[in-house]
This record gives sequence, structure tokens and C-alpha cells, in this order.
Amino acid sequence: MILTRLLRDDRGGQILLGSLLVLALLAPVLNLALPPDHPLHLSTYTLTLLGKYLCYALLAVAVDLVWGYLGILSLGHGAFFALGGYAMGMYLMRQIGDRGVYGNPELPDFMVFLNWSELPWYWWGFDHFGFALLMVGLVPGLLAFVFGWFAFRSRVTGVYLSIITQALTYALMLAFFRNEMGFGGNNGLTDFKDLLGFDLQADSTRVALFLASALALALGYLACRALVLSKLGRVAMAIRDAEERTRFTGYRVDRVMLWLFTFSAVLAGIAGALYVPQVGIINPGEFSPLFSIEIVIWVAVGGRATLYGAVAGALLVNYAKTWFTGALPEVWLYALGALFVVVTLFLPQGIAGLGRGLGTWTRRGRREEARP
Amino acid sequence: MPLLSRLLLVLLLGCALTITRADEPVPIPSPFEAALPLLLDSKFPVKEQAIEQLAQTGDPRLEELFSALLAGDLYQLKSNASLVMATGQDADLRVMAVPGGEPIAGISAADLKKITLNNRMRGQLKAALARLDLSHADPGRRLTAATSLLNDPGGASRQVLTERLSQETDAKVKETTALVLALMDLQSPDPRARLAALPPLRDSLHPQVRAALTQLLERESDGQVKAAASRVLRHIEGRVHWYGQIETLFFGLSLGSVLVLAAIGLAITFGVMGVINMAHGELMMLGAYTTYVMQQLLPDHIGLSLFLAIPAAFVIAGLVGILIERGVIRFLYGRPLETLLATFGISLILQQLVRSIFSPLNRAVETPAWMAGSWQVNEVLSLTLNRLVILGFCLLVFALLYLILNRTRLGLQVRAVSQNRAMARAMGVRSQWVDAMTFGLGAGIAGVAGVALSQLTNVGPNLGQSYIIDSFMVVVFGGVGNLWGTLVAGLGLGVANKLLEPWAGAVLAKILVLVFIILFIQKRPKGLFPQKGRAAT
Repeated sequence: MILTRLLRDDRGGQILLGSLLVLALLAPVLNLALPPDHPLHLSTYTLTLLGKYLCYALLAVAVDLVWGYLGILSLGHGAFFALGGYAMGMYLMRQIGDRGVYGNPELPDFMVFLNWSELPWYWWGFDHFGFALLMVGLVPGLLAFVFGWFAFRSRVTGVYLSIITQALTYALMLAFFRNEMGFGGNNGLTDFKDLLGFDLQADSTRVALFLASALALALGYLACRALVLSKLGRVAMAIRDAEERTRFTGYRVDRVMLWLFTFSAVLAGIAGALYVPQVGIINPGEFSPLFSIEIVIWVAVGGRATLYGAVAGALLVNYAKTWFTGALPEVWLYALGALFVVVTLFLPQGIAGLGRGLGTWTRRGRREEARP
Repeated sequence: MPLLSRLLLVLLLGCALTITRADEPVPIPSPFEAALPLLLDSKFPVKEQAIEQLAQTGDPRLEELFSALLAGDLYQLKSNASLVMATGQDADLRVMAVPGGEPIAGISAADLKKITLNNRMRGQLKAALARLDLSHADPGRRLTAATSLLNDPGGASRQVLTERLSQETDAKVKETTALVLALMDLQSPDPRARLAALPPLRDSLHPQVRAALTQLLERESDGQVKAAASRVLRHIEGRVHWYGQIETLFFGLSLGSVLVLAAIGLAITFGVMGVINMAHGELMMLGAYTTYVMQQLLPDHIGLSLFLAIPAAFVIAGLVGILIERGVIRFLYGRPLETLLATFGISLILQQLVRSIFSPLNRAVETPAWMAGSWQVNEVLSLTLNRLVILGFCLLVFALLYLILNRTRLGLQVRAVSQNRAMARAMGVRSQWVDAMTFGLGAGIAGVAGVALSQLTNVGPNLGQSYIIDSFMVVVFGGVGNLWGTLVAGLGLGVANKLLEPWAGAVLAKILVLVFIILFIQKRPKGLFPQKGRAAT
């Protein structure tokens, strides 16, 4: 019931959720039921890659929510993604137990290596999956809340906000590179063994993680869609288009921004948490400003303020990245750079805009044909 | 003729006699020659004694002998156990008898056995050489000798030094010698001598003086001496601390000058034009690579190539900047976020371009001789020359830019367009041309900054990326559209960073500064020196 209400007038969303459903039904069968030499067999590598893309897509949806509908160009969403990832990584690290290289039942390998004698307090509780899940949402959410609370109250907007979000993720990157932080420094967290007792290398676990990512993306999409259609979403769009006017109309602009920003950060954290077990590593590289700005280009390519466009953009750009870095590694940065320039200059509406333009054009054509 | 041949015969006969009849009494050797064979002994204590004895002879040949021994050039001939000096290798091996210096032919490395030394002997030799140097004709040598005695006051006798002090003419050597004497007196059993030794130490910053005073304080029993010594030590430590602060300040200003250089071009494009240029760092990178190429073109004139690189980098980066402005940015005025994304794309392309042309590895850019090394102000403070030069260069660039913006027609037009584009156009300013020129100017300054950076850091494709966030921070912190703000913010942040470093570590200091700026911008979004009046909107 709610679904039909949310997806009415949302062709893109319908297509997206439909194909997600088909993918979620087909992929496990193609991977698990078919023998490896069957032509239609889906390799676990491809499945994991798809799962990774879906996590990126969820992250792109989170960015589109604040950029497309609220006008906040966040160049620091990679930080929320990475924090979610680290929370999950810490749980996975605790699951290794005494199977590490040093066989220490209490401490992860890198702490033994650094001669630490006991677990730092901020690692407490990460043995429990529930606690880790809580942290996946809470840590990025809290950071976004505190950051946003300061920023939006002082009416830091536009370019300034973009630059300080970038500084935020840059500062976090520097911090996480330090060994003293207790997050594995340069190498980050890796060598994960299992999740909730299931072997991470097993095909069935990979399928389950893929399905979880697909589900998270679908739910995340619907949640954002619901937000956008709600009154809050309306106010958000008003803020995007005329912030001062909305403020003078009597809306608490800073609060709307704060809640949407925090929600978006939580979504990014969830995406990060699903990403880490599939990729098998989390390191400070995810905090790099380059990654955060790449997310923005996914959204720009797909089309701002459409949500489904963000998904399409994330899938497309990342597929291109995988292909280019495999086939023509030299060309990838040229292509990515050109993409930034071309999309901003010639495709301000992204692929979604292209599709919409095509739609109105054909409809107009039909109408003109119908005219006597 | 017959007389001569007869003389020769006698001489030869005499030689033959001395060789064949060893029991015949030989002339008594000088103490120097008598001590020499002891060096051939295999036991270290004997050799130490030999050095001691040799040193006391005061023989003029001592310096050569000791330097050779210290350098490991003294050998024992395996065949007849005589002392020789050997230099060179393989075919160039030259062997000379010691003493005397007659060359001995037909000796290969296999016939030689090195006279081995231990650290104690090395110390002895150095001290002995230093004492010899103390009376050397060259004041520079005397000063080195006196300074080395500071580290090892036991190396010379008090008597020798007092004598030297009375004869010394060079002021610096005199001062150092007096210091050595004072340090010796600190060891004196007489408390009055110790007390008298303290005042001359007051103005010395030499680490050995501090060490000696600390040691004295630990074992001193005389209350008066102790109080005086601790006063002197406190005085010295206060000065050392003070110079330490000056050094920190210098490092801070140096870091700040780099920040200002990196940010000042941005202050124009971002501050004056309101354009977010994420490719700014890559324009600096282009400047640095221009320096590299210049050095490749003029490999024999490193200094000249550096000077030529400055205008070259300005032109190249400026042209690329104008190209970017005409090609991309002019379609995006009024849409800062889109400009940000597009210029970021350009930065990626430029980086990859450099990787394709020059390889992804860092390139080595040489520093000209006059920029290498450091300026030793005193024992505890030395300022690296390249940083000093760059600090000056930064101020120069700032002054030039300030003059351009405030004293030239272009500057006037730039300010006019940035304050009110429509009105400026109405007054006949070709705003598009001004845009291109302003952007080119900002980009050119970035290129010049790149030349300076090439002298401090590695020149590689990632050079620009590491500075872009810092430069934005500086511009935003200083207040957009305000050159003075950029200068103050850059230098201030540099100094703050270096002040935090000692107790927080380099990375944490950087993080703290970033966090501080993030919080500061929340409090004062317009920066330190916000623009006032109509220009602010």
C-alpha cells in the first residue's frame, strides 16, 4: 500500500526496484545452483563486485538526498561511509579471536605488533554484533549531528560547507593513518574470518551479503523517497531553492538540514558496513577526499534530485572504473576527469535528465502527430 | 773525479757494514724514533703508551704521523717488521718508510699489516692532534682545535692553554680557549677556583657547558658554588629555551610561507572572483615540473635555471589557467558547486597527464649551492637557507601581487568586476577579458609557488593534491577576498602548527589545526578579516 503510494509518479524508482528484485532472485540461483562451467553461471567474484556496487549505490542515494534535495554539496560523505565500515570492521576483527597470526585471544594482530597490552576502551563491546550494528549507525550519525549542529546553526552553507566537509574527511584520514589511534593505521582492518559464525569466503555467505546489500539499497531508496515526498522533503526543497525565504517563512531551516544530513550520514554508514565484509578490508584510504568527491560525481552523472539517478550513476561509473582500471589503467583518470567536466558543462541533469528529456520529446512528438 | 768515486766507495762500504754487522753500536735514536717501534706491538695498552710518549716529544713530524695513524694509513711490513705509511690502492699503492719518507718499491697490499686502533687510541690521537692544532698558524685551525677541546677538556694541560691564551690574538679563539679553561677549573678541587670559573661560562650556549654545569650541580658540596652554578645554568637554559622558541617560530613562518604561497593564487581566483578552483594544486605542480624541465635543459647552471623557471612557470601555469577559464569556467559563473566539480575533473586530467609524460615517480629537483646548507646563528640556533630564501620569496610575491591589485589598471578592473560586475561593464570594463586575466594571474602565481615548493618537497604528480585543502583552509580562515587576511592566516596557521608539534606530533598538530579551522568557520563564517560594506555581498 505504502509502496504504491511512494512509487506513484516514479518511473525510475519502479524500474530500479523491479530490476533489484529480479537481480536478487536471479543472482543466487545463477551463482549457487548452476555448475561453474555453465555459460550462465555467475562467478562469486562478479557477485561480490555487484554487492560492492550496490553499497556504493546506497551511498550515492545518501549523497543525493542532501545534495539533490537540500542543496548541501557534501565532500565528506566518504567519512561517514568509512566510519560505518570501521565499526563493522572492528566487529569482524573481534570475531577473528585467536586465529590471528600472533594467536592472541584478546588483541587484534596489529595491537600485538604495536606491543599494546590491553584493548582500548573504544573497542569494548564490539564482540557483540548488535552493539556493532548500533555503532554502524550511531557513530556516523553522531558525527554528522555534531558537525551539522555547529555548521547549520552558524549558517555555513554553499561552498564553505563543501570545503569544511572536505577538511573533515581529510582530518579523519590523517587521524586514522596514525597507528596510535588503534584502528590499524596504514593497513586498516583486514584478514576477516567470519561474520556471525558464517565463513566470509563461502559462496553462501557472499550471496547472503549480496542480498543484504540489495535489501538495504531498496529500503534506503524507499526511505529517502518517503522523506522526499513528506512535508519535511518539501521544506528541504524549499531550502535548496531559496534558503532565506524559507527561513523568513518561519521554518527552522537549520533543524531540517540537521536531520536530513544526519539521516544521510547514517545511510552512508550502513552502506559502509555492508561494503567491508564483501571487500574484506577497510583502511584510511576510504577517508580520502578523492573518494568523497567521486561519490558526488556518481550522483552528478546519474542526475541530481532523482534518487534513482544516483543509483544508476553509481553503478555506471563504478562499472566503468572496474573496466578501465582492468583494461586501460592509464586512461581511467582521464576518463573520470573528462566525466566531471562534461557532466557539469553539458549534462547538468545527468542521465536521468537525458532520459526525461527524451521522454518529453517523444510524448510531444506523439501529441503533435495526434493533432489534425 | 777519483775523489768522488772514492767517497762513494766509502759510503757504500759503510752502509754494507751497518747492515752486515748488527752488533756494532748505532747512534742513539731520538725519543721520537725510540717510541715508534712500540706502535708495532700487538697489544693496545702498549700502543696507547707509544702514542702518549710520542705526543710528549713535540716532534714536528707528529702531525703527519698521527693523521696517518688516525686515517689508517700506517702499516707494518710483514717481511722485516718495519713501520711504513701506505696510500692508494692496488696499482697506485705508494709505500714510504716511517720515519724518513723514502719510497719503498715493489710492495703489494699482501705484504702489509695494518696498525690497528681502538676507540681509546682514536680519542688520544684526536686530542693530541687538537693540541698540535692549538698552536697552528691558521686561526681557523686553532678555533677548531679549541672547540674540540670543549668536548674533551682533558685533552690539553691547563698550563698549555694558559700559555696559548696569553699569546692568542684572534678574539674567537681566545673566547673558546677561556671557556675550555673555565670548564677545567670546574673540576678543580678548590671551591674558589670553581666559583671563579662560573662567570665566564654565563654567556656560552655550548651544549658541553650545560652538561658540565649539570654534572657539577650533581656532585657539588659547596653551597655557594652550587647556588652560583644553578644561577648560571638557569640563565643559560633560559637563553637556550628562547632560541628554541625562535627556531620554532622560524619553522612556523617557513611552513606558513609555503601555505601563503600555495594559497595566495587561490585568494585571487576564489577570493576575488568567487571561483572554486580545485585544480589550483595541479597548477602548482605544473610550476614544479617546469623547474624540473628547466634543470634538465640547463644541467650545468642549476641556480640560473631556478631563476629562469620562475617566469617560465608563471607563463605556463598562467596560460593553462586562462585555457581552463576560457574552456570551462566561464560557462559556470554563478554556479560555484559545479565549478568545483569541473575543476576537480581538470585536476585529475592534469595529474594523469603529468604521470603519462614524466612517469608517476617523483622527480629530483636540485637545490643550487647558495640555497643549500644553513646559517649558524649560534650553537643552538641554525636556520636552513632554502627555507629562509622561500620565506623572503613569499613576501616578495605577496608584495608584487598586492601592488598589481592596488596600483595597476588590471588590478583596478579586477576589483571593479569583483565588486559589481554589471556596473563595471557599464563603465566600459571588458569583464570577460578581466576574468581571463585574473584567473591567469592566480594560476601564474600558483606556478611560481610550485617553483618554490620544488625546493622543499618531492616533485611528483601528487604534489598539488597535498596542498589544496590546506590552501583553501588558509583562504577561508583569512577571509575571502582579502590578501592581507591570507598572509596573516597562512603565517599564523604555520606557526600554530609548529607550536603544537612538540607536544602533539606532526600529524596530530595538523589535525588539531584543521579541527580548529572547522570550528572557527562555524563561529565566523566570513573568516578573520571579513569584507565589509557592499563588497561583502
